[in-house]
Amino acid sequence: MNRLTICAAVATIFASAVPGVAQISLTGAGATFPEPIYTKWFQEYRKVRSDVQINYQGIGSGGGIRGVTEGTVDFGASDGPMSDEQLKAFHDKRGFGVLHFPTVLGAVVPVYNIAGVSAELDFTPEALSGIFLGKITKWDDPAIAKANPKVKLPSADIIVVHRSDASGTTYVWCDYLSKVSDEWKTRVGKSTAVNWPVGLGGSKNEGVAGQVKQSTNSIGYVELIYAMQNKMTFGRVRNSSGTFLKADLASVTAAAAGVEMPDDFRVSITNASGKSAYPIASFTWLLIPEQIEDKQKLAVITGFLKWMLGPGQKLTSALEYAPLPKPVVAKEEKAIAKVHGK
Amino acid sequence: MSSAPITLSRSRSIAARFRAGDEFAYTLTLVCAASIFLVTCLLVYQLWIGANLSRHQFGWDFIFTSTWDPAREIYGAVPFMFGTVVTATVALFISVPIGLGAAIFLSEMALPSISDTLTFLIELLAAVPSVIYGLLGIFLLVPVLEKTVVPLLKSTLGFLPIFSGAFYGVSLFSASIVLSIMIVPFIISVSREVLLAVPVDQREAALSLGATKWETTSQVVVPYAKRGIYGSIFLALARALGETMAVTMVVGNVPKVQASLLAPGDSIASVIANQFTEATSDLYVSALIELGLVLFAITIIINGLARLLILTTGAKVAK
Repeated sequence: MNRLTICAAVATIFASAVPGVAQISLTGAGATFPEPIYTKWFQEYRKVRSDVQINYQGIGSGGGIRGVTEGTVDFGASDGPMSDEQLKAFHDKRGFGVLHFPTVLGAVVPVYNIAGVSAELDFTPEALSGIFLGKITKWDDPAIAKANPKVKLPSADIIVVHRSDASGTTYVWCDYLSKVSDEWKTRVGKSTAVNWPVGLGGSKNEGVAGQVKQSTNSIGYVELIYAMQNKMTFGRVRNSSGTFLKADLASVTAAAAGVEMPDDFRVSITNASGKSAYPIASFTWLLIPEQIEDKQKLAVITGFLKWMLGPGQKLTSALEYAPLPKPVVAKEEKAIAKVHGK
Repeated sequence: MSSAPITLSRSRSIAARFRAGDEFAYTLTLVCAASIFLVTCLLVYQLWIGANLSRHQFGWDFIFTSTWDPAREIYGAVPFMFGTVVTATVALFISVPIGLGAAIFLSEMALPSISDTLTFLIELLAAVPSVIYGLLGIFLLVPVLEKTVVPLLKSTLGFLPIFSGAFYGVSLFSASIVLSIMIVPFIISVSREVLLAVPVDQREAALSLGATKWETTSQVVVPYAKRGIYGSIFLALARALGETMAVTMVVGNVPKVQASLLAPGDSIASVIANQFTEATSDLYVSALIELGLVLFAITIIINGLARLLILTTGAKVAK
């Protein structure tokens, strides 16, 4: 290498080491369900504070909870609230607590593919739990037919499709079934992955939807947003007030409004009370450590949370996420003060 | 090896310099080999300590339990071990005859120009990512199986328990077929190389004794290349046991042991890929890591048994 090349190389190295505008960089990881809206939010927030860069990776709720507990990420995100054991584990590891901040609402809908049926079916809680428990095996079973008198259901075997990967969607679906069916609660329980009594597994929403589309006389469950974006036919579910409701942004927000919100925001809103509340809905949460040492990061996180509860909520409908109801927003704004420095 | 002192004087003898180069080569290649071995040992060690929680909780029951219940935190490896071994075995059953036949054709029978082109195309198959195979499996293979192949199978061989029961498209059978397509290129390319490497004298000797082309191939060339062919089968088996994405998309993801190949199942690699990211509790993660350890053990055991089998049959023939 001649002298000129060496000089050029050294100069480049030194030039690239000169800092530009001081960047505050935060990392977060967790649930995949809200990943599109979080990405949009972090992009928009850069317009508010151009020196802030927030990176988010959708590695799954479990990964998010683990990451924020270990401290490898600045904040986590989860579709299901952390359990008491997980909260204790966090406290034992870090010496302080972790706060839950609901961000948006999602819902899970039943999708189906029945020969000769293009109408929207009505599902009672008994029908859904019976089908997924394997007790209702044919489409023309009275439990389903009674709620759909105008529809000609075939006398065919029901093919059940569920998620093969662990996911918040499954958690919400099983949480709902546990509330409406004692047998489901004792036999299967609720978790991101369960021991399904019957059914085939599909990987992610795409897998379930694909399998349902391919198998005649099948039923599965997918995220509302996925069903809306892919223009899938999905059924209506009867809520706790007896009304058959189709999931949409309004009925999902109504589900959140009809629930007594505890101070730590860890609440399940499935089977919520309220005439227009869709029964299979859920919050998704940001997991923020109670104590943030770095003053700059603390300012960014509290600032972002305030922004998220204000201008951020206005961006949700465009991406087909349901925004938080106003009482919840007000309560959260007060809770931001709980995040403090050392 | 005695180490001669390396002198910097210009009058260093040729012999001394040569010796120094030899040592250098020895050490360098030793480091390369040792590093691979070290990485494998580290891998096993990490799997071992990652599985600690699950091992202490379940002990040996882990490989005898058939329940996989994350909600109740009961984990058992049996359905996944079953699925892994069955899909790999069936895939081998399908791919070894086809692969071997193709390799013999390409090395012995075909014109060199055809052979080279076909080999190039077949080796391209080995480079296709497994996710693509999975997609092809779902969108191409499964409908074909559902509409044509399986009804035919059931009408002819439906009385056998392995072909009984309803077929939903995704199943152990579909996964085995996708796997066999994936591992055939390995068998073909390695076997072909080995067959081509059989010395010409062997073939000439057989032909001069009056053997036909096929007799030469089947009774002289292929037996001579046996070792290499077995090696290619081991390679294919290892790939089949560990294949993740293609299998998880077409296997059905149902952790149950069922007699029929047409029923959905699950494999170790498939369940780890599906559930690891969202695994919330420490025991759940540990159980998945222990599954990885079990897969490692299965691979070693099957490979070991197969090599033992070959050694003993080889020894018998030699006698």
